[in-house]
Amino acid sequence: MAVQEFISPTSLSEAQQVVGDGAASSWLAGGTDLLVGIRLGARDPARVIDLKQIPELTAIEIDETSVRIGAAASAFDVLHNSDVPSLFPGLAEALNLIGSTQITGRCSAGGNLCNASPAADSIPALIANGAQCRILGPDGERALAVEDFVVGPNQNALASDELLVELILPRPAVGTSDAYLRLTPRTEMDIAVAGAGVSITMDESGECTAARIAIGAVAPTALLVEAAARALMGSQLDQTAIDGAVAAVRAAATPISDKRGTAEYRTHVVGVLVSRAIANAQARITEARS
Amino acid sequence: MNNPPNKMAVQATINGESAAFLCSPGQVLAEVLRDELELIGTKIGCNTGDCGACSVLVDDRLVCSCLVLAAEVEGKSVQTVEGVANGGELHPVQQKLLEHGGLQCGICTPGVVIAAKALLEHNPDPTEEQARYWLAGNLCRCTGYDKIIRAVLDASKTMRGEAA
Amino acid sequence: MNAYQEFKIIGSRPIRPDGLDKVTGRARYGADLNMQGQLYGHVLRSPHAHAFIKSIDCSKALAMEGVLAVMTGEDLVEPGSQMLGSGEGALALKDVVPMVMSQGKVLFHSQAVAAVAATSPELAAEAAQAVEVMYDVLPAVTDVHKALAADAPILHDDRFPDGYPEEPTNLATHISLTVGDPDAAFEKADVVIDQTYSVPMCHQGYIEPHACVARADAAGRVELWCCTQGHFTVRHYTSAVTGIDLGKIKVTASEIGGGFGGKTTVYLEPLAVVLAQKSGRPVKMVMDRGDVFRATGPAPGAETKVKLGATRDGKLVAADVECLMDSGAYNGNPAGIPAFMATACYKLKDARSTGRSVYTNKPKIHAYRAPSIPQVTLGFELAVTELAAELGIDPIEFRLMNAVEEGDANMMGAPYKRIGLRECLEVARNHGHYKSAVAEGAGRGVAMGYWINAGMQSSATLNVIADGHVSILTGSPDIGGSRASLALMASEVLGIPFEHIHLQVAATDAVGHTDVTGGSRTTLATGQAVIQAAEECVAEMCRRAAAEWEAEPGLVTWSQGAAHYGDQSLTFEDLAGRAGAMGGPLTFSTSLTSTSTAPGFGVHICDAEVDKETGRTTITRYTAIQDAGRAIHPDYVEGQMQGGAVQGIGWALNEEYLYSDEGALENPGFLDYRIPVASDLPFINAVIVEVPNPLHPFGVKGVGEVPIVPPMPAIAEAVYQSTGVRFRDLPLNPPKIVAALANS
Repeated sequence: MAVQEFISPTSLSEAQQVVGDGAASSWLAGGTDLLVGIRLGARDPARVIDLKQIPELTAIEIDETSVRIGAAASAFDVLHNSDVPSLFPGLAEALNLIGSTQITGRCSAGGNLCNASPAADSIPALIANGAQCRILGPDGERALAVEDFVVGPNQNALASDELLVELILPRPAVGTSDAYLRLTPRTEMDIAVAGAGVSITMDESGECTAARIAIGAVAPTALLVEAAARALMGSQLDQTAIDGAVAAVRAAATPISDKRGTAEYRTHVVGVLVSRAIANAQARITEARS
Repeated sequence: MNNPPNKMAVQATINGESAAFLCSPGQVLAEVLRDELELIGTKIGCNTGDCGACSVLVDDRLVCSCLVLAAEVEGKSVQTVEGVANGGELHPVQQKLLEHGGLQCGICTPGVVIAAKALLEHNPDPTEEQARYWLAGNLCRCTGYDKIIRAVLDASKTMRGEAA
Repeated sequence: MNAYQEFKIIGSRPIRPDGLDKVTGRARYGADLNMQGQLYGHVLRSPHAHAFIKSIDCSKALAMEGVLAVMTGEDLVEPGSQMLGSGEGALALKDVVPMVMSQGKVLFHSQAVAAVAATSPELAAEAAQAVEVMYDVLPAVTDVHKALAADAPILHDDRFPDGYPEEPTNLATHISLTVGDPDAAFEKADVVIDQTYSVPMCHQGYIEPHACVARADAAGRVELWCCTQGHFTVRHYTSAVTGIDLGKIKVTASEIGGGFGGKTTVYLEPLAVVLAQKSGRPVKMVMDRGDVFRATGPAPGAETKVKLGATRDGKLVAADVECLMDSGAYNGNPAGIPAFMATACYKLKDARSTGRSVYTNKPKIHAYRAPSIPQVTLGFELAVTELAAELGIDPIEFRLMNAVEEGDANMMGAPYKRIGLRECLEVARNHGHYKSAVAEGAGRGVAMGYWINAGMQSSATLNVIADGHVSILTGSPDIGGSRASLALMASEVLGIPFEHIHLQVAATDAVGHTDVTGGSRTTLATGQAVIQAAEECVAEMCRRAAAEWEAEPGLVTWSQGAAHYGDQSLTFEDLAGRAGAMGGPLTFSTSLTSTSTAPGFGVHICDAEVDKETGRTTITRYTAIQDAGRAIHPDYVEGQMQGGAVQGIGWALNEEYLYSDEGALENPGFLDYRIPVASDLPFINAVIVEVPNPLHPFGVKGVGEVPIVPPMPAIAEAVYQSTGVRFRDLPLNPPKIVAALANS
């Protein structure tokens, strides 16, 4: 059935009012998943509610402790923000890889997260950076870590009358950097066959004092692999430590075989990507220090 | 059959001119451009954002018009391939595509013109790699991209005032 | 025999006449026409890959307000044994009709079973869902070997390959050619390679979906606007499929957004015509991208067993090729070409070549750029390279030792005339790419390819306009810049500026019969027709000038766009302006069947680097070398070489049709049917070699199809050189490469 209504609220309260009446609605950010879903018959909302006229939902704000990215802020705007790409180069890599330039111009980290594809590029990078979701519902606000926000393939933790307002990332501590890598058969335009988002903190002696390793496209949801982080903690990011992290992510991965790759391949390659992403993050930290 | 949805009235600036049109809430911009405004230069190759043939600029932002609801362009400016040339004067991207033979069947060409124009406004001196990655969302099956990339890099030289 | 040896404008690179409309969005493609009062057609497609249709009830759909017509396969003819001429081979009507719409049995998922016409696309889609179809679902078979197994579900219980008993089988065709005594020759070989190679089913991947608008009048005459490689073919097939008289159908070709062989038949056109007749309104139909992949004509997948024998000195002495091809649900005749052409590049007195095709529950295969030759060449060229390696001979040297030249006969016995294969090999051997060191970790592959190149029928009408401009009508849809090449040829003959020549692709009622734009024949055959018409124009203008000067006609010469006699001259513009007074309108029509064809040959060199941890292959350098005979417009010759090479690269690395066990296509979109994108590729260096075709006035040879033939084996070899593992089954996607490296 065709979409019956298109509404553009200009405030959060207006948005909540609209969605509160119970008609089947979909939130619209960039539309790069929603419109494809409608076209292919997977989504069938009677009403589309455009979030892009609500200031909180497209704002990108930075203060001393955190970076807040509105759920409907376009990847393009995040990538061209004066500060965010240098604070989170890995998140920038991930957002840039969601799709083509045309997709980047519209898609949003929030939308990518809410769509919750197991292969979503933003999610491992958001998890690695400890991002939190600020959720607004009729009964008020709640927070969820990104790794808890995705509950299954294409399933997020929002109730039908809740919306994701923004993503809150703690500013990286000194000596921290992130990286995101994925494997696709072509250089662009593909869904990730496997993805790895990492954030590493190294002290001046080169010792790893914090790590968050997240993997994507190798399980029903992106996974935070704490065992991989433990393998790195306290090490000099030497080969043994990295091998330990690689083994941990391969053990945590539970991929399927489908038209994009075999399970064996995904398990193998996610380890390769984690290893390379750690090296990338490490190189960034070293360069920032020099 | 279900009642068809009520049409929405939208006002936007299309290729520099005020335009008003009616659209269904779920109708995409590509369809409205082609069927309501008779701007058939924007092509539909896939309708799912995978080929870039429907590329347009909305408020100077490069997007796939098959993934924008027509209602979203209320109050915005839209540029299609028909609006790229300045009267009779072609944009350097258009001129160089012709000079280099950067088109064969031409179906991807409108999308390439728009995307390349956006590239050069964003980055006036792209490397070959940067041009290729920016244009990765514009599929071409005829040319193998070779002459397209050469044309775009040559157009960037023209726009920077350098000799070819 | 080339009448023209020196050229004034041939070989230059003017801007193509249709280019301005294409870069400004003015050019009209199949979906870009709307007719007043038009309805929108929508096709209902089978959700089953193999089923009997028990009943179709359209009554609910027809009862919906705004639905003005419905149709099923019963509205099309019952095909008997009629054959239809096609691009490069005949098709049986009984293989074409069901690809338009099923008539009682569904043989592939998404086969059309009914269609409706309504006042809006949304309404038409909804009405199509209201058509009630009852199916008796049958088990489906999508694998060629399973289709040949004893317990396979049989697609056609009334078809048997020539020479076979009338027992149920999915074997469609079996063709074999032998020259000499290959079995005896193998006994004399010092080294024998015997391997099997495979290539997946894939799609031409044109960016423009099929689209058409049909209109019928009260007298039963029909007009069609459609994107096609051949509007005369559309007229012919539409007539054959619907039963409407050929003379009552007029087809206008829109600009076409790619075809590569896939738009040389009909899918939507007969449906739009029938719906237009039934409703009394124009009907527009545009194919959904998913249906383009699911329900048009992909290229066959194939398994090719290649056995080659050579003596120590590097002489190829025996070949035995067996090619097993997937035909899809109907007979697309894919197996003849491997049988006839597998050995085309090589001197071989003793060889056998066999092609078999098999029915499976997939759409009928159709032509794709040098149809069936890339599949068999993947195997043949890799086997040659393996053989050369075993003998310790450089791959280009080995090919030079065995490459065909003038006078050698192909498998069908016809001797080659002046061909350019050796010249291409020599250019390759001396090329900077081949001489350069292979980068650390990368690999290099070389392969060559052949295409027969077609001639067929073409027509052209040349009208001289009073201001000295010229209008030329042809029947050749322009896929790749042919209007520019044709204008160059006319300009060369007439001696008037390129910009004064206006090429149009005329409708079927406005120009003589012309076969499809395909077969690498348009520059050659339609070019010949244009040249001939231009020459007749020159001859008539000289006659008129001679009459005016009271001179012997034979003494009047034509040069630089004017007739000359002594110190007198009359320009083209003079003669054009005074045509009425000097004998009447200047109009020249030519129709011909070209017998001036010459086969095409090419050699490609590919460097590739495989990331051994991820299995991802990057093409780092690519050179395509090809004999074009004479490059009329080098940009568009290079364009064919580059485009075909990149299609081959895609087929080698990532493109393949993936079917579920139930016979549904799992990747019917550009997201998961992975054609190369701009960032995947380097520049494709195109080197044009010119060995003029002695049979053609300008020396032209067709160029469009050869370029897709060498890439797959060149890349597979480069990947072997990069990884140390031989890959014989394409595509070379990352999971396959990593798995093979792990096992090696």
